[in-house]
Amino acid sequence: MSRNHLKQLSFLLLFYAGAFACGNKKTLPILSKPTIENGVSSYEKIPDFQFINQDSQRITPATFANKIYVVDFFFTSCPTICPTLAKEMKRIYKHFEEEDKVNLLSHTIDPKRDSVGRLAVYAQNLEVSSDKWHFVTGDKRELFDIAEHYFNIVIEDASVPEGLDHSGRIVLVDTQGHIRAFCNGTKPEEVDRFINDIERLLQEYEDL
Amino acid sequence: MNVKYGLVLGTFALFCFAFIYSCKDTPFQQGKILYENFCANCHMEDGSGLEGLIPPLAGADYYRQNILESACLIRNGMEGKVVVNGRTYEQPMPNNDQLTEFEITNILNYINNAWYDDLPYVKLEDVRNTLNACKVD
Repeated sequence: MSRNHLKQLSFLLLFYAGAFACGNKKTLPILSKPTIENGVSSYEKIPDFQFINQDSQRITPATFANKIYVVDFFFTSCPTICPTLAKEMKRIYKHFEEEDKVNLLSHTIDPKRDSVGRLAVYAQNLEVSSDKWHFVTGDKRELFDIAEHYFNIVIEDASVPEGLDHSGRIVLVDTQGHIRAFCNGTKPEEVDRFINDIERLLQEYEDL
Repeated sequence: MNVKYGLVLGTFALFCFAFIYSCKDTPFQQGKILYENFCANCHMEDGSGLEGLIPPLAGADYYRQNILESACLIRNGMEGKVVVNGRTYEQPMPNNDQLTEFEITNILNYINNAWYDDLPYVKLEDVRNTLNACKVD
């Protein structure tokens, strides 16, 4: 083989090796709604919020500065999907128990009955630390409205048990307030995949 | 005449066999369906419950000691504290007053069969008497 050919071959080999290595580092897509801010394309962020958690602490976006957090919606008297949802959220909690960058945020959609005290008992019974997993209550309108931004639907429906209907989506939010992954929290296989997505997002931050 | 007799008997025997065989595969199928629709949401499909929120049904000392009383729990729900396997639970259990005594008997027998191997068959009459005694207006 002539010297030129060898050079070409090694260059090609290096190129493919590089492409292969880089191609495998797939970053999670941004799933939030695209917007245009001052003529620049951007993505919708989770809007400002203010809730109270089970320790009576005020919870705002600042609580999750530099963290990624996992979100769902529930209420303590929910007889349908919530226990399964809680079981899966607890599984996520345990998987990332040692990882400080991962937090969890569960919003009640029944603030009338789910007082701070009631949420505290619920969290205690689930045996989780309030530093890592916040159960929040607050203004009903605000709780219902923010659900949509987290890809969840919450409605009052007198025909369902307990009169509140909501989707069981679990959503992953990055440090910029953008949604990067979601799953149906009532399906363990989907939550398995979701746990993988959280790992990938953590990896992205480590690679920076 | 003999052939006809044999055929009828044979079909009948086959029917019985199929019936017994299918019942052996999934005992208390009705109870299982009822359990999955009305109980599994909270107590989970495998009867393991949820941490300190919802007690298990599988291997639960409280259930083992209160089988018939559990018919009342299913029908009327429960509030207040209950200790199961040494753990205290206080999350209220919703009622299921739409379930008939027949359905409740099926559920109890499904639970007994699925997660215990030494509990007696629960009779409809016993469940009926128990439910009458704990009737809530």
